[in-house]
Amino acid sequence: MTAIRPEQLMSQTDIEIVVDDPTAPDENSPAVVGTGTIEIIVSIVLLLLAVTLGYDNWRTGASWDSTGPEPGYFPFYLCVVLAGGSLYGLVAALLARRAGGEPFITRAQARRVMAVFAPTLLFCLVTQFLGLYVASFLLIAGFMRLIGKIALWKSLLTAFLFTAIMFVTFDIAFDVIMPKGPLEAAFGF
Amino acid sequence: MEAFGLLVHGFAVLLTWKTLLLMMVGLVLGIFVGVLPGLGGPNGVAILLPLTFTMDPTSAIVMLSCIYWGALFGGAITSILFNIPGEAWSVATTFDGYPMAQQGRAAEALTAAFTSSFIGSLVAVLLITFLAPMISSFALKFGPPEFFAVYLLTFCSFVGLGREAKHKTVISMSLGLLLAGIGMDTVSGQLRMTFGSAELLRGINFLVAVIGLFGISEILLTMEERLALRGHAASISLRVVLSVWKDLPKYWVTLLRSSFIGCWLGITPGGAIAASFMGYNLAKRFAKDPQSFGKGRIEGVFAPETAAHASGTSALLPMLALGIPGSGTAAILLGGLMVWGLNPGPLLFVEHKDFVWGLIASMYLGNVVGLVLVLTTVPIFASILRVPFAAVAPMIVVSCAIGAYAIQNAMFDIWLMLGFGVVGYVFKKIGIPLAPFTLALVLGNRAEDAFRLSMIGAGGDLRVFWSNGLVGSITTLAILLLFWPIIDGLIRRVGLARGGASTSR
Repeated sequence: MTAIRPEQLMSQTDIEIVVDDPTAPDENSPAVVGTGTIEIIVSIVLLLLAVTLGYDNWRTGASWDSTGPEPGYFPFYLCVVLAGGSLYGLVAALLARRAGGEPFITRAQARRVMAVFAPTLLFCLVTQFLGLYVASFLLIAGFMRLIGKIALWKSLLTAFLFTAIMFVTFDIAFDVIMPKGPLEAAFGF
Repeated sequence: MEAFGLLVHGFAVLLTWKTLLLMMVGLVLGIFVGVLPGLGGPNGVAILLPLTFTMDPTSAIVMLSCIYWGALFGGAITSILFNIPGEAWSVATTFDGYPMAQQGRAAEALTAAFTSSFIGSLVAVLLITFLAPMISSFALKFGPPEFFAVYLLTFCSFVGLGREAKHKTVISMSLGLLLAGIGMDTVSGQLRMTFGSAELLRGINFLVAVIGLFGISEILLTMEERLALRGHAASISLRVVLSVWKDLPKYWVTLLRSSFIGCWLGITPGGAIAASFMGYNLAKRFAKDPQSFGKGRIEGVFAPETAAHASGTSALLPMLALGIPGSGTAAILLGGLMVWGLNPGPLLFVEHKDFVWGLIASMYLGNVVGLVLVLTTVPIFASILRVPFAAVAPMIVVSCAIGAYAIQNAMFDIWLMLGFGVVGYVFKKIGIPLAPFTLALVLGNRAEDAFRLSMIGAGGDLRVFWSNGLVGSITTLAILLLFWPIIDGLIRRVGLARGGASTSR
């Protein structure tokens, strides 16, 4: 069989679509935390949740009265099941830990994930105080410019167009009212 | 043929300009969602659901289901042209689809994918048309014990038949059921697990959770990957389409087998992902020359695509007939039904004929229109991938927030969505499946009500779940399925022991 280089194959179709990812996470980046550790943490959190909810349901009433099960009965036993499952998960993760595990996330990946998560968190905060549309404009423009390194005018234009389309679609055409802030109030909405 | 008459009625409901327009909009949005990385069928449907809140239920379901068909079609485009499966169920399509594109046969592969998707859906829709009314009229006789038994069967089959670690499925499901119970108890009116918070009084809305679990977490996951891509741009000419269609009858066995696999796995909670792999593997096993698979064989595209679509479509059967979704997307559509004020379950076929048959008719029409649409517009949709992810990601975040807020007009829900985004991200990374969680969250209250009503009716006697042949066999089957891995292991061990005994003799 003769080896065919990929470039030769590519040339058989007329146009080619190429998109680069300049900030792609480095593949050799060191791990921040192992999957095993996260599994242990999640199991403990779930166990605590099961105990808290279980206690609350037991207080509400988790036994039977004359008409059938009390309101807390069904959720109480679910808490027992959840606690059992997470306890099993905890033991399994602790045992598997000695064998060493694969990384949960590498440092480069964590940086990228935070690059999305932090702006999203800020977006939610801004939405609370300035309304959704202002927050949406800021998020899209800021994200495109600062993280995507896209030209400023493109970022601003895209953000404005998208926000405007959303406003017309939801608030005007479909009557789905979004949270608004001082800017919309100034325009009388 | 009562079903046929009702179907004609469904088409009459459908054939208005407004509905047809919504259908086109839904399909285009759906293909968009299917092509974009970081978005898929369930997230697309969940995010776009708020658009439909002010529509009448029939237009709403037509548009939403068309988004779903569109997403199913769209997933194949990126798999074949870029070797990037837009959806998990298109992974098997890349095995032979991408090699075909590399050999300059992209148009052929795309035509094969779209056509087989169409065939798979068609078989599943035929099944729905004739089977769903029968099942629902049978289910009309169900009382609370029967319903609880069916819910139990659904939950148990997830645990017993799922491929994930059992304790993780159990965790995911019990957590979903628990969160569904937060807020006002529907039977006694007492508050549960609210801890004095006024925001938790309303309970945790299913759709808010889904938008966070699938939308936000998917963006976080996508950002971890390298997002660079290179691929082929292809347009499909009529000549290629006709030549592929001319060869179709040769592959009828593959198409039929994959359709059956898909329908079966769609109705049971196996899902489109399992169906596509199974379709591919069986086509390979039954082929005369299995080693030619993976090098650009057209059957390798037919088999997984047919199965994935048959399964994605038939997942709507139990949702329509019994009110039990067969997939994540079906669960979201079910959530939609409740928002529009419909009560899912067998009564739907009696009380809302327009709605049900409009939906079924739209499955036929949506797939035909979708097929024509994708065949003609592939180049446009493939070039969407040129849009940098840095522009797409914030838009998805904004759409998610709009969706989450619109459901109950509550700022708290936006925060809840963010929280579920983190939960979904962590769960996916440590292998806790999200589908059982989604299903449990949407069915939780109904399952609990059914249980408590049966208990009240029977005076607290658990034997009510074995009180007649029907409910008894469903409950027994559920328990068998729950312990299926253990039973299966025992059967195998006995088989091995016997086999060992015979060889030693």
